[in-house]
Amino acid sequence: MTTGVHITQGTFSYLPELDDDEIRAQIQYGIDNGWAVAIEYTDDPHPRNIYWDMWGMPMFDIEDAAAGLHEVNRCREAFSNHYIKVSLYNRKLTKQSIALQFLVNRPQHEPGFRLERQEGSNRAVQYTLTSYAADRPHGERYSSDGPDASR
Amino acid sequence: MARTQAGSGPSLGPGAPPRDTQEPYGRGKVDERFAELEDPLHEIPDDAIVDAAAIFRESRVDEVLDEMDRDLIALQHVKGRIREIAALLLVDRLRRSIGLEASAPTLHMSFTGNPGTGKTTVAAKMGKILYKLGYVRKGHVVSVTRDDLVGQYVGHTAPKTREVLKKAMGGVLFIDEAYHIYRVDNERDYGQETVELLLQVMENERENIVVIMAGYKEQMGRFFADVPGLSSRIAHHIDFPDYSPDELMEIARLMAEQQRYRLSDEAERTFTDYLKLRVGQPQFANGRSIRNALDRARMRQAIRLYAGGRDGSRLTKKDLVTIEAEDVLKSRVFEGGFYQEQEPTDDEARTD
Repeated sequence: MTTGVHITQGTFSYLPELDDDEIRAQIQYGIDNGWAVAIEYTDDPHPRNIYWDMWGMPMFDIEDAAAGLHEVNRCREAFSNHYIKVSLYNRKLTKQSIALQFLVNRPQHEPGFRLERQEGSNRAVQYTLTSYAADRPHGERYSSDGPDASR
Repeated sequence: MARTQAGSGPSLGPGAPPRDTQEPYGRGKVDERFAELEDPLHEIPDDAIVDAAAIFRESRVDEVLDEMDRDLIALQHVKGRIREIAALLLVDRLRRSIGLEASAPTLHMSFTGNPGTGKTTVAAKMGKILYKLGYVRKGHVVSVTRDDLVGQYVGHTAPKTREVLKKAMGGVLFIDEAYHIYRVDNERDYGQETVELLLQVMENERENIVVIMAGYKEQMGRFFADVPGLSSRIAHHIDFPDYSPDELMEIARLMAEQQRYRLSDEAERTFTDYLKLRVGQPQFANGRSIRNALDRARMRQAIRLYAGGRDGSRLTKKDLVTIEAEDVLKSRVFEGGFYQEQEPTDDEARTD
């Protein structure tokens, strides 16, 4: 990893990457609270991208975090170069939202973002971010034979 | 959990570098004297002392085994096996306490035996036993049959099986009548897929799940012969023998006691006669037949008390808890049994 932006998001974004034991402990915490465990993945790192793909069905009736970790590992195997996150959903009435969410996998190389300026009327400038990775089509981003591979 | 936000996208930030070491998943405390050693087998002196008593006490293993002795009649062979497993798990924990790592032992089991010999009961206990011994983290038992595992169309089976396996992780997966899963005469049967997935998970997730397969001996033998690699992945093949009449009587006594009933002395003698006859008749299902016989005796007792109560006689607590000889004697078994008469009656109609 030379250049690029290390993307963080979710509950533990300020911590170092969680290892498997820590992931297991977090999932267990969620299960013990009665939260459903869901795994999602994407290769679009834009901060406004809220539509990640679901890995299988959310797990509502598991007892032990080993089952969650099992699915995380299966997803890592299938999408080793994607962002993968674990979401723990609190279905309690009046909550009904994600209670805890953290990244468990990221591409090996994260090229980062380009700042784009668009000049509007009256010399007003609008700024937007574009991921370098998103220049390539869906599914080919972060692959090892891309233009970023040489870096 | 302060920064939790549903649906928020990734935030950009410097972030910390990823950690590159992954610690292995271990259980139990390691003695601090030996915690830092790289090769404990050679570095720890052979006469290092292990605090065995504390670990034995902590595990409450005696408690578990005593309970098993109390609740299960006979089955010496089965109990012996469970004792062996308990000892192995304890010694494993002792070894780990001084840093002698070994891979977790395989604990998948197969229970074979005739109907009513206690396979399901033992499996249900197994979850608790393994939990107390610290081998599984949750100790729940998920009991399934073919229907819960095998799907009905292409692509249905694997997710279905995986769902069940995930539910059982941290505990025990009990597959009743396991030989039904795979039908060798139908090669398009989806059971094959279930078996493959089972084999894979039994091997790779050994630390997270204990699979117990149960079934009648003959069919299980054929099942293991049809599925290569399954039998060798099961460490404990335990056979449940039929009970002797004495053991059946003891079971009857225990069952009656658990339901807060008492057999009068005469009733016990009659019940012994009943057992001798019943064992020889068809459809005998060991413990289950005993339970049914007791249930029917309870019904006859109820009728007797009901009739008596209507006549105005006083009932005492003793009347309510005692099953008399006549309650047992009225059974069809003494007249040759239901199956010889070929004529359904209200008695024995609830066959075993």
